[in-house]
Amino acid sequence: MSRITVALLVGGALGILDGLTAWFTPEVRSQLMGIVVGSTLKGLIAGALIGLFARKAARVVPTVIFGTAVGALLALGIALLQGSHYLEIILPGTLVGLLTGYATMRYGRPAAAAPATIR
Amino acid sequence: MSRLDDAALARLRQSVREPDLSGTRYRLAGVAGSGGMGTVYVALDTELGRRVALKVLDLEDPEAEARLRREAEVLARLEHPGIVPVHDVGRLGDGRAFYTMKLVEGERLDQSAARLSLAERLRVFLRIAEAVAFAHARGVLHRDLKPQNVMIGPFGEVLVLDWGLAKVVSDPRGRADGATGNRRAPGDTGEGSVLGTPGFMAPEQQSGGSGSVDARADVFSLGALLQSLLPPGAPAPLRAITRKAMSPRPDDRYPAAADLAKDVERFLEAAPVSAYPENLLRRALRVAKRHRVAAAIVAAYLVGRGLILLFTHH
Repeated sequence: MSRITVALLVGGALGILDGLTAWFTPEVRSQLMGIVVGSTLKGLIAGALIGLFARKAARVVPTVIFGTAVGALLALGIALLQGSHYLEIILPGTLVGLLTGYATMRYGRPAAAAPATIR
Repeated sequence: MSRLDDAALARLRQSVREPDLSGTRYRLAGVAGSGGMGTVYVALDTELGRRVALKVLDLEDPEAEARLRREAEVLARLEHPGIVPVHDVGRLGDGRAFYTMKLVEGERLDQSAARLSLAERLRVFLRIAEAVAFAHARGVLHRDLKPQNVMIGPFGEVLVLDWGLAKVVSDPRGRADGATGNRRAPGDTGEGSVLGTPGFMAPEQQSGGSGSVDARADVFSLGALLQSLLPPGAPAPLRAITRKAMSPRPDDRYPAAADLAKDVERFLEAAPVSAYPENLLRRALRVAKRHRVAAAIVAAYLVGRGLILLFTHH
């Protein structure tokens, strides 16, 4: 699988899982469905950005750092919109970005080199 | 009168036993091994310039000759990469029957298995089962499957050898479907004769009832062969597969070699095997093993998320 595909899949899957863990916070349990949808979208956006970055960077450490930063920033945005539960939103979002970055580099296939032009 | 010493006598015996290849296209190049009814020589095919294995009867015996010819005929009908091909059949100048086949160079499975990993052994086993399933589809039972009769070539070829006890059980176009299709051919072993190797022979084969032996007798032998390839403490599903294949009652075994192979293949793919019913925990562990990457990522996330929950709730 290409790096972008892996990043999208992992980002989306962890996004769903991340949203579902809101069940452990009783005061937001009633909004679980909305949180899962939002979290999945966030995971997909993070995945797309991380996948594009991984294609260019092609190195594990920068991709993991980029993934962590993207995850944290997107989660911060959500937390700011929410206006509460900063830590409960930012920390898991950061974790999603970190794992997506690592998985993308570890399991994604680099893009094939363009064939040489024969003159 | 002068006496011959022992060495001279042995040389004389050897030269008497040596096949008379005059008038044939073959020249003797060595001895590959000897079996119950004959000797396999290494010979040079002078017309094609290649080395072949030449099997010759040790004695002129009409019954043994019929069996040798039948073995050659059986091999000739089994054109498969896992079965040694026959090149030629005929009679030597000294009157003994012979046939030539591909010279298989390599190591016997019982000698090479120790160096292989479990997965490699299972892949070799699948190739053996595939060749046996092919023979069954052509109406031929091997009846002497054991690691000593499997050769691993230098390029990883797997060849099932020694079809001397093979039995034709049904029409070549049909399936080896049991005693009903059996027919006697010249050189076939008769009712009551026990042929095979103890430990690898199915109980019904051991009892000498040749008519009751069908493809499931080879399934038993394949199970015994698989068991001999397993290290101590082998995974439970594999042990369950060998138990099922080696059930004393033929009806309790896999109905065909291909079904046994399918279960081994499923084990290699970390898929559920029919011989091993599993509970929820075992099933979860197998699924995690099959999807290691996904399981590792989810586990890493859950551990991290658990720590975050603990941290934020305190």
